[in-house]
Amino acid sequence: MKYWRKPLDYEQIEIPHGEVHIIAERCKGCVFCVEYCPKHVLVMSEDFNAKGYHYPQALKQGECVNCNLCEMICPEFAIFSSSLPNGKLGQVAEVNPDEVTLTKGG
Amino acid sequence: MNPKREVIGQTSIRSKVHPVPFAPPRGEGPPPVADEHPLAAYLRMDRIPHIWCPTCGIGIAVKCLAEALDVLQLDTNKVAVVSGIGCTGRVAGYMKLDGFHSTHGRAIPFATGLKLGRPELKVVVFSGDGDLSGIGGNHFIHAARRNMDLMVVLVNNFIYGMTGGQNAPTTPVTAKTSTMPFGNFEHPFNLPALAAGCGADYVARWTTLHVRRLTRSFKEALNRRGFRFIEVIAPCSTLYARLNKLGTGYDLMEFYHNNTEIKNGADPQTVDIGFQGKIICGRFVDSERPTYLDMMKQHYTKVLGDKFVPMPEEGGLIWPPGEKPTTPAAKATAEVREPEEVTHG
Amino acid sequence: MKTDPAGVLTGAHYLDGDYACGEGAMAAGCRFVAGYPITPSTEVVERISRRFPFMGGTFIQMEDELASMAAIVGASWTGTKSMTVTSGPGFSLMMENIGLAAMMEAPCVVVNVQRGGPSTGLPTMVGQQDVMQARWGSHGDYRIIALCPQSPQESFDLVIDAFNLAELYRVPVLFMMDECVGHMTEKVIIPEADQIEIVPRRLTKKDPADYLPYQTNGELIPEFARAGDGYKFHTTGLTHDERGYPVMSAACQKQNVQRLIDKIKLNEEQIIRFEAEAIEGADIVVLSYGITARVARMGIELARKQGIKIGVIRLIVLWPFPENYIRQLAGNIKAFVVPEINAGQMVLEVERCAAGQCRAVSVPHLGGGVHNPEDIAQAIVEAAQ
Ligand SMILES: Cc1ncc(C[n+]2csc(CCOP(=O)(O)OP(=O)(O)O)c2C)c(N)n1
Ligand code: SF4
Ligand code: SF4
Ligand code: SF4
Ligand SMILES: [Mg+2]
Repeated sequence: MKYWRKPLDYEQIEIPHGEVHIIAERCKGCVFCVEYCPKHVLVMSEDFNAKGYHYPQALKQGECVNCNLCEMICPEFAIFSSSLPNGKLGQVAEVNPDEVTLTKGG
Repeated sequence: MNPKREVIGQTSIRSKVHPVPFAPPRGEGPPPVADEHPLAAYLRMDRIPHIWCPTCGIGIAVKCLAEALDVLQLDTNKVAVVSGIGCTGRVAGYMKLDGFHSTHGRAIPFATGLKLGRPELKVVVFSGDGDLSGIGGNHFIHAARRNMDLMVVLVNNFIYGMTGGQNAPTTPVTAKTSTMPFGNFEHPFNLPALAAGCGADYVARWTTLHVRRLTRSFKEALNRRGFRFIEVIAPCSTLYARLNKLGTGYDLMEFYHNNTEIKNGADPQTVDIGFQGKIICGRFVDSERPTYLDMMKQHYTKVLGDKFVPMPEEGGLIWPPGEKPTTPAAKATAEVREPEEVTHG
Repeated sequence: MKTDPAGVLTGAHYLDGDYACGEGAMAAGCRFVAGYPITPSTEVVERISRRFPFMGGTFIQMEDELASMAAIVGASWTGTKSMTVTSGPGFSLMMENIGLAAMMEAPCVVVNVQRGGPSTGLPTMVGQQDVMQARWGSHGDYRIIALCPQSPQESFDLVIDAFNLAELYRVPVLFMMDECVGHMTEKVIIPEADQIEIVPRRLTKKDPADYLPYQTNGELIPEFARAGDGYKFHTTGLTHDERGYPVMSAACQKQNVQRLIDKIKLNEEQIIRFEAEAIEGADIVVLSYGITARVARMGIELARKQGIKIGVIRLIVLWPFPENYIRQLAGNIKAFVVPEINAGQMVLEVERCAAGQCRAVSVPHLGGGVHNPEDIAQAIVEAAQ
C-alpha cells in the first residue's frame, strides 16, 4: 500500500477490524472467497480437506476489515467474518509487511 | 493469468482461464476448525454439505436470502419456502423454515395454496429457470397477473441442471446444451420482461456476484406484498460452463464481474441476455398494485358489505372447542418481532 | 367434534348432486377450494364460490388442474381443509400431485364427476371409466381412498366422510361421482351443524425441538404440524425419512412407502363400506356402485321375478376394495354380475378376489348413458344358468 499523500488525520481514522473464520471441512474449494476478498486476506491452502478440496487459509488475518464479502459469496456456508475492536489505519498498514506482495489494494 | 494480483505460491490447475493464488504448503496437521456460521439458524445445518457442485451459484443465493431474513429479523416461524424440482429445487430442503419440496413446475400454485390457506404467512418460492419458466410457466404468468402475494426467486443458470444439462427456455441462442449439441436455436425468455408484462409488482435481476445488491433486493421483496420476482443469474459449473467450455463457476463469476451493467429502472424489454453477452442487472420494476388478497377483500367488502367474512389470517383450520392456541410453538410465535423499516429508494 | 355452523345450510333442499357435494364440503369445514371449470363438475365450484365469502372460505379458479391440485396440497399444510373438483381430463392432469399429496401425507379431497372418456370423450354425459385410474392413476406405489355416492343426498353425506377419512389417514380422498348423480336433482336434507361430526386435523402437541414430521413411533399415521406454527419442518415428494429429509435408498423407500400402503391396508376394516342385501342363500350377487347401482335395482327386480336368488352389493367405498368379503362370498355363490359404465373395470377386481371360486360376469356399458335394466336382468339370468 503506497499513498501519495498521507491524510492529516491518518493516525486517527478508525477502520473496522475483523477476523475471518474458515470451516475447512465444509469448503468445496470454489476460490470465490480468495478471489473476491478486497484485502487479499485469503489464499488457497495446499492441503486438502476430507472431501478432497483445497480450502482457504487466512494468510493475512490482521488485514481483514470484516467486510463480510467472503461470507456473503461462499456457496457452502464455510467461511465467515466477525468483528474485532476497531484499529487505527496506521497500525494496520504495518501488519505482515513481508509476507505477501500485492500489486493492488482493495 | 488474473491481472488483479501476483500469484502467491503455486498456481492452481483448477481454472485454466483464471489461476488462483495458492499458499505455500502448510505441512501436516488437521485443517483449522471454526465456530458455527452466523447464519446457521436459518439453515438445516444437519444437511450441510449440500448437494450442489463446487462453484455452483445456488448456495450463494440461499446465503443471501438467509442474510436478508437475518437483517430484517423477520419472524421466521411465519416464513415458508416452496421449491419445485431441480438443483435449485433443493433449496426448500436447506432453509430452516417450513420448507416444501413440491413437484416439477408446481411450486407457484403450491405456494398459492399455502398463502391463501394461511394469509399471514410470507411465502417465498425458490426454484430454477426450467422449473418456473418452462414446465411451470403457465403458473408463473398467472400468479404475476393476479399479483399473488408471493416472492419468487428464480435461479437462472440457463440450463436444466439436475437432469444433466438439457435446453431450458432461458438458454441463450448458440449456447450448447445436451439436447442442443450443435447450439441452441430457440429464442429464450427475457424473464424480467415476462414478469413485468404480466403485472409483477417488483422485478429485479442480479448475478450471484452481486451479493449485497441481491441481499438488498431480497430484503425489499420480503418487506412488501404482491408478486415479487427476482432473477438470480448463477453459474452452473458442471453443465452450462462445461458444455460451453466456459471454465469453472469462478470463470463465470469473473465473466459477470466484467460483463454486467447495473441499470436500475431499465425498461425490462431491453434486458434480454445473449450468449456470453452483457447482463443488465438492477431493480427494473418497483410499483404497488393492489395484490390478489387486497383485491379480494376490497371487492367483497364493497359488494357484500358486513356479510363478507374473510379467511382468518391464521388460516381456515376449524379448531375443536377450547383448543385453539395449544401448540407450544403457536404460543411461542405470539411475540412477533417488528420488521425493520426498509426504504425503497 | 361438531362442525362449524357457518358452512351448514340446514334444511330440506332440492339440489343436484354437484350442489349437494359443494354443500357437503362446506358443512365438513372445507374452507379452501381451487378448481378449473369442467363439465359436468363445474356446478360444485359455482355453488362454493357463491357461498364461501360468507363463511371465511377462499375459492380460487386456477389456470389449470395441475395448479388446482398443487394449490390444495399447499393449502392442506396450513390446516385448512381443502378440495378440488374436476372431471376426467382434469383428473388426468391432477395425477402427479395426487401422488404428491399421498407422499407428503397431506389430507385433501379430490372430486371427480365422471364423464365418458378417453380424452375429451363425452363432456356432458355419464361415465364410470375412471375408477381404476382412481386406484392406480399416479405413478409409484401408494394407497388412496375413493368413495362413490349414488344420489344427491349421498353426495352431501359422503363428502363429509371423505373429509373425515382424509384427516384420519392423512391421504388424498377421491370422491368419484358421476355425471348422472352430479346432475340429478333430488331432495337433500342438510342437518343441524351439531348433528355433523367432523374429524379435526391431528395437530402435534410436541415441542418443535422434539418434533419430526414423519415420526410415527410404531403407529401408522404421523402427527401433523401446520405451516406457520414454528415447527420449521421439511416435506418433500422424494423418498424421505422421519425428518422429512430425502434419502435415496432402497431401505428408506421400503420404510417410507410401505407405511403409506400399510396405513390404508391395515385399517381396511375401518374404511371399507358397502351395502349388502339378500346375500344369505343367494346364487347370484350383483355388485355395482354409483348411478349404476340404482339402475341395477330394476334389472334385479326383473330377474327375481324369474325366481333367481339375487344378492346385492353396492360399493360406497370403492378403494380399498372389500377383498376378504368378496373372496369369502365367492365360495358360496354361482357368479358375481358387475354392471358398470365402462368396458369392465371393477369386475377385474371382483374376478381377482373371487379367485376362480365363482364366475365374475361383466355387464359393460360404455359412456354416454346408463344400462338398460333388461340387459342387466338378462346377464343375471344367463349367469344363473
Ligand atoms: C414432471 C417432471 N418432468 C420432468 C422431471 C425431470 N426434471 C427434474 S429437474 C428438471 C429440470 C430442472 O431445471 P431447472 O428448473 O432449471 O433447475 P436447475 O437444476 O437448473 O437448478 C427436470 C426436467 C420431473 N422431475 N418431473
Ligand atoms: S471479511 Fe472481507 S476482508 Fe475479511 S477475509 Fe472476508 S472478504 Fe476479506
Ligand atoms: S468461498 Fe467457501 S467454498 Fe469457496 S473456497 Fe471459499 S470457503 Fe471454500
Ligand atoms: S449441475 Fe449445475 S446447477 Fe446443478 S448443482 Fe451442479 S453446478 Fe449447480
Ligand atoms: Mg436451471
